[in-house]
Amino acid sequence: MADPIFGRLDWTVTPFDDFFRDPSINEGVAAAAASAVPLGAVAVIAFLTWKGLWGPLWRDWLTSADHKKIGIMYFVLAGVMMLRGVLEGAVMRTHQVTALDGGVLSAEHFAQLFSTHGTIMIFFVATPLITGLMNYVVPLQIGARDVAFPVLNQISLGLTAAGAGLVMISLVIGKFGTGGWTMYPPYTGTTFSPGPGVDYWVWAIGISGIGSTLAGINIAVTIYKKRSPGMKFLRMPIFTWTSLCTAIMMIYAFPALTVSTAMLALDRSLDFRFFTNDLGGNMMQYANIFWMFGHPEVYIVVLPAYGVFSEIAATFSAKRIYSYNSMVIATSAIAVISFTVWLHHFFTMGQGASVNAAFGIATMIIAVPTGVKVYNWMATMFRGRVRLSVPIIYLVGFFFLFVFGGLTGVILANPTIDYQVHNSQFLVAHFHNVLIPGVLFGVLAGVHYWFPKAFGFRLHEGPARLEAYLWFGGFSLAFLPLYWLGLMGMPRRSASYDNPAFEPAMWLAVVGAAMVVGALGVAIWNFWASARDREALACPVGDPWDGRTLEWSIPSPPPEYNFYALPRVNTVDAWTVEKAVGHPYEMAPRYTDIEMPRSTAMGVVIGGASAAMGFAITWWIWWLAALSFAVIVAALIARAFVRETTRTIKAVEVEVAHRAFLREASRTPAVGRDDEIAPDNLGHARPAVPA
Amino acid sequence: MKDDARSEMRRYAIGAVLSAALTLLAFWAVMSHGMARSTALWIVGAAALAQIVVQMRCFLHVGSSSKREDLHLILFSLVLGTLMVGGTIWIMSSLHDRMY
Ligand code: HEM
Ligand SMILES: [Cu+2]
Repeated sequence: MADPIFGRLDWTVTPFDDFFRDPSINEGVAAAAASAVPLGAVAVIAFLTWKGLWGPLWRDWLTSADHKKIGIMYFVLAGVMMLRGVLEGAVMRTHQVTALDGGVLSAEHFAQLFSTHGTIMIFFVATPLITGLMNYVVPLQIGARDVAFPVLNQISLGLTAAGAGLVMISLVIGKFGTGGWTMYPPYTGTTFSPGPGVDYWVWAIGISGIGSTLAGINIAVTIYKKRSPGMKFLRMPIFTWTSLCTAIMMIYAFPALTVSTAMLALDRSLDFRFFTNDLGGNMMQYANIFWMFGHPEVYIVVLPAYGVFSEIAATFSAKRIYSYNSMVIATSAIAVISFTVWLHHFFTMGQGASVNAAFGIATMIIAVPTGVKVYNWMATMFRGRVRLSVPIIYLVGFFFLFVFGGLTGVILANPTIDYQVHNSQFLVAHFHNVLIPGVLFGVLAGVHYWFPKAFGFRLHEGPARLEAYLWFGGFSLAFLPLYWLGLMGMPRRSASYDNPAFEPAMWLAVVGAAMVVGALGVAIWNFWASARDREALACPVGDPWDGRTLEWSIPSPPPEYNFYALPRVNTVDAWTVEKAVGHPYEMAPRYTDIEMPRSTAMGVVIGGASAAMGFAITWWIWWLAALSFAVIVAALIARAFVRETTRTIKAVEVEVAHRAFLREASRTPAVGRDDEIAPDNLGHARPAVPA
Repeated sequence: MKDDARSEMRRYAIGAVLSAALTLLAFWAVMSHGMARSTALWIVGAAALAQIVVQMRCFLHVGSSSKREDLHLILFSLVLGTLMVGGTIWIMSSLHDRMY
């Protein structure tokens, strides 16, 4: 029976005492990982205290309702989680080279590693990265001052961070589940997984999933309602189009995840029988509902990356995007078709051949719009004046690798082939092959592209190129050999194997993983080095790449209200046209008072209380669960009584700021594209070609 | 202004009462013994559909005079609802046929 105060928590739940009892490598790795969390936390706390940064952190960031800051915080969260996720990948690979007939880690520990790695990478890296990117960029691209619901935005971030926090805590207190990132029952029911591990997953995903639904609503409403005058739907930048489709998909896909985790939670905590073996449960329904979310999710994370590539292809080729309309149609088609293919994740579950055939064909069809896009990107670059800098390196790498991954997807879409290779390393190769060159390359290219907008200085080009090449090479070594391993018959999620023929490929893969870790190291170093040299890299006028869309018309970093006066738009690529034939950098006819949202602690309160609630239910600390839930409800009610939700910035103040910016712009010499990465590039672009 | 707020309030109150009533109806259908299983299922289903209408009308203010965006929303929801529910029924009945 659980203790009334501490539930099932006691002193034996940490990995440290296991290590003292049994000082093996296996326990050593677990204890080292578990020490990293508190040590990291202590280091951060010490640093903030030493620099006296608590006040600014609270005032300027955690309580801010500014979409730009919230977007950046999503990135910080995803970056920390990515560090852990990639390191776990490298640990698994290191283990697997020793895993012929054994291996340094126990099977249970390996299972925890792939479960946390997959969970983290999908829910706390890929999803927050694209949410953060949309948050930052969309309002700037459509000429808005903020998102439609700034406080809700904060709450979405708080809920996502709460989920991520639960996954981090599971390293130290207790253990994570071992059911993979999908946590299929009945294995994850209480009969076979009685411990707290699966509950950690259920609550981390349940809480952050609600955050993602809310984020989707916010971005969709923002695009529907807050476009600046004249920006019709067919004048929106392609990144905004992909964000709109992604946001709508989030609204419809994430509830399916919430439902499946809620049902699993009811099974686990309240003894329901949705997915049990006995008493009328049906575990196949879990797979069905989960993948109704799961498949759209992969397009949710990849569509914004497509959007980034569209912006980059046009900007760095100095040409407008080839066939704008077909891009829009392809994006919308993907958004709808991706809801018709979910069964390809369980072709082998036992349904009839006609069901499999129908979903297989739908899966093959969804490759068509992506193919259209790839041709469009290539046609955009064709005869453009392409600058081979970092974003284009990612784009070209994406062409090679993503097309390959997409083709293996079409192979897997054939149910008869899937019967042979499902659950093998072939699949591991396939999904990393679309997720890394697709989502990650897109986001990394986007970071390089928009970083100067967000912070007012560029990233060093040299190390960033090295990073891009390391990602390309590291990915190829780490994952392309796995196709072969899969065809040789090596199953996925294997903690050990008995066929010596697998070993050479495992060695290649570990070298690749090391290169990816190296890429991450270079990235961190580059952030630091570029911040150190920010004087030499500064681009305050805000248009370092000769950009085409509205966000490049404002200073870097942008003022909190984004635009001094709302721009009027009458074409796609409005800023390019303005620079070519209009009057860029001019005063507006008149300025108005601007209302901006006030800071609030809602996000912190609701996020913190949700994390406490998830933790409490995981450990059966019922009083704390009830208390945290009461705090959430009370905070929502209290918020309804707050009347002063906005603060006004006076028109004169805006006018003065605009005049100062225009003076700086006119003082700054314009640079051509040949000097794009030279220190002279202060962000005033000499337009290369008319439109 | 004042009147607006009042009719707004009334709308929410009606919505809340109707939602609660429909929820109770579903519970009653399941918990009252002696009702045929299929009758209970039909009642729960009908209550769920009515619940959607009530919430759309009273909480989301979707009505005959709504904008184009609302129409988009409803049509897209219908498409996806059909796909998800129809697909599930198809998949699950196929599994059922082959497994029993
Ligand atoms: C960057 C270097 C990475 C390395 C070295 C790596 C390595 C691995 C390894 C060894 C596995 C276990 C494979 C198996 O089951 O046999 C795995 C699984 C997985 N990885 Fe990665 N990975 C990396 C990046 C990523 C990224 C970026 C994502 C997603 C955005 C991702 C998503 C997944 C998922 C979803 C699984 C499946 C987990 C499960 O079986 O439940 N990985 N990865
Ligand atoms: Cu899929």
